[in-house]
Amino acid sequence: MSTSAETARRSGGRLAALRQWIDDRFPMTKMWKEHAAEYYAPKNFNFWYYFGSLALVVLVLQIVTGIFLTMNYKPSAADAFSSVEYIMRDVEWGWLIRYLHSTGASAFFIVVYLHMFRALLYGSYQKPRELLWIFGFLIYLCLMAEAFFGYLLPWGNMSYWGAQVIVSLFGAIPWIGTSLVEWIRGDYYISDVTLNRFFALHVVALPLALIFLVVAHILALHEVGSNNPDGIEIKKVKGPDGLPLDGIPFHPYYTVKDTVGVGVFLIVFCLIVFFAPEMGGYFLEHANFDPANPLQTPEHIAPVWYFTPFYAILRAVPNKLAGVGLMGAAVVLLAFVPWLDRGKVRSIRYRGPIFKAFLIAFAISFVALGWLGLQPATPGYTNAARVFGIAYFAFFLLMPWYTRIDRTRQPPDRVTYHAH
Amino acid sequence: MRTEFLALVAALAVTSAQAAGGGGHGQLQHANNDVSNKASLQRGARNFVNYCLGCHSAKYVRYNRVAADIGITEQQLIDNLMFTGERPHDTIVNAINVDDANRAFGVVPPDLSLVARSRGPDHIYSFLRSFYADPAKATGANNLVLPGTAMPHVLWELQGIQNVVWEGQVDAQGNASKHFKEFELVSPGRMDPHEFDAFVRDTVNFLDYIAEPVQLKRRSLGYRVTAFLIFFTLLAWALKKEFWKDVK
Repeated sequence: MSTSAETARRSGGRLAALRQWIDDRFPMTKMWKEHAAEYYAPKNFNFWYYFGSLALVVLVLQIVTGIFLTMNYKPSAADAFSSVEYIMRDVEWGWLIRYLHSTGASAFFIVVYLHMFRALLYGSYQKPRELLWIFGFLIYLCLMAEAFFGYLLPWGNMSYWGAQVIVSLFGAIPWIGTSLVEWIRGDYYISDVTLNRFFALHVVALPLALIFLVVAHILALHEVGSNNPDGIEIKKVKGPDGLPLDGIPFHPYYTVKDTVGVGVFLIVFCLIVFFAPEMGGYFLEHANFDPANPLQTPEHIAPVWYFTPFYAILRAVPNKLAGVGLMGAAVVLLAFVPWLDRGKVRSIRYRGPIFKAFLIAFAISFVALGWLGLQPATPGYTNAARVFGIAYFAFFLLMPWYTRIDRTRQPPDRVTYHAH
Repeated sequence: MRTEFLALVAALAVTSAQAAGGGGHGQLQHANNDVSNKASLQRGARNFVNYCLGCHSAKYVRYNRVAADIGITEQQLIDNLMFTGERPHDTIVNAINVDDANRAFGVVPPDLSLVARSRGPDHIYSFLRSFYADPAKATGANNLVLPGTAMPHVLWELQGIQNVVWEGQVDAQGNASKHFKEFELVSPGRMDPHEFDAFVRDTVNFLDYIAEPVQLKRRSLGYRVTAFLIFFTLLAWALKKEFWKDVK
């Protein structure tokens, strides 16, 4: 050990010696090479490939701003609402930390939805990336739970009634429903007790789970290698040095490219934070500036926009239990996509017209359901939600059939790339 | 890929257009207030302590923060806006007793710190202008924006008393219904309608400001942050181009 440190000191000075000292005790350089400098990623990533790194950026942003919010927030029914206003008015830069966090919540879902759609576009979940997809799916589940628990914390009236509506959905489960709802709330209604446990879950339990899953997601990705817009394996065509011909080291090529992506993202993000933090009531709902009032519901209860596609499905079903079941199914079906897809190619570029039609119908349905979930449930809207709901489910349930019969084209051996 | 990006931009544009028009309640009048107008905020603060604070609090707002933001000195603050022996760093609360309030109005008048964020400035502006005489009510006044409101027409001295002119209508099923046609001033107040509207606008402006005191600073900081980010992104983009020259 001392000899290798000696050699390094002679050849590269003190910093190199320090690196060698660490490397003798911890795989620092090995990990850096494995995950950055010598992680070979396809060179043909396009616009859609920014959202993975952006999701990581938002995760870090949420954790850091969350830590600072926790320093001033009080998780009790008596103080929660006031402590948020205290953060907004009296804490130095508290308003900025809070807006970064509240805008970050919506931004998280935007980048994650685009990231997931990318996987659907290019078949990134297909063998051997099933487990990578499953980890991603679990991250999405945790993210929904994290957002739901976090939404109660400001203790506004929409927080209160949103939690009331969503928690009561579990009451639709036969036999155990009522006791399950009481167990979740820890009380007979949404109370101080509920707020306290949601706080614990929001700041400790789910962030831990999220970080663990994100690490697993990245390890799985680096084990199998990244997919790309052509959906072909770059490892199949290697040069004499044993490196994929269409691969480039993640660092510096994608670190520098993703930095541009982060810059563009932050411009849009900061325009919202500084000029429209409420986003017209979509990111911060107007009714949530009234403190929680168990005796008075807001005029119109709707979840925050990122839940509304599923909320629209729930409302479209007349029977509560069936609605809850379908809403759950709408989420859980995502996990099965790697096995539902029987296509011979990965990327939409070489898929046939039937897959393209189903994917477009799915994307339109998702956005339309999201919009409908924000509207009052009029008969016309409910019928529209039923139509889009059927299109949503058809994408998954008919997938084994239409991906098999679709006329696919043979993908090329090398990725499509035009040098800049 | 370019079309995919354009679609995103279009979607964002639609969202912000909706956002700009959001929060409407039918026939609200636009407050057209401007929180950067300090003279208006000062008049609004005066109106607030004279006409609102007797019943409503603004318990998250500190007096000295208001003074600093609307451009008056602490002495001016104490002389003109503070009447009951508070200290400048106190929050704006009042002495109304919960039981008295319940006996008088049936409700405790709500705190107004955040009313401009929960209801919107247009709502308050329209509400304050829409009181009309209604002998059926204990307070003698009703409101078009919030029918059955427990709040009396506090500004009657200034606005005067107005009646509603209803418009009868019979629908296809033969049911008679009435619709608001216009207000009719039956007894003029100290102010003419223009003066009164300006008075209400200043008051709403103050309420808008106290709902989010940081909003002025937020926007001016936003310009600088955005300018830096654009510079940073251009730099990163140039760096990316340089590195990617090797990629054939």
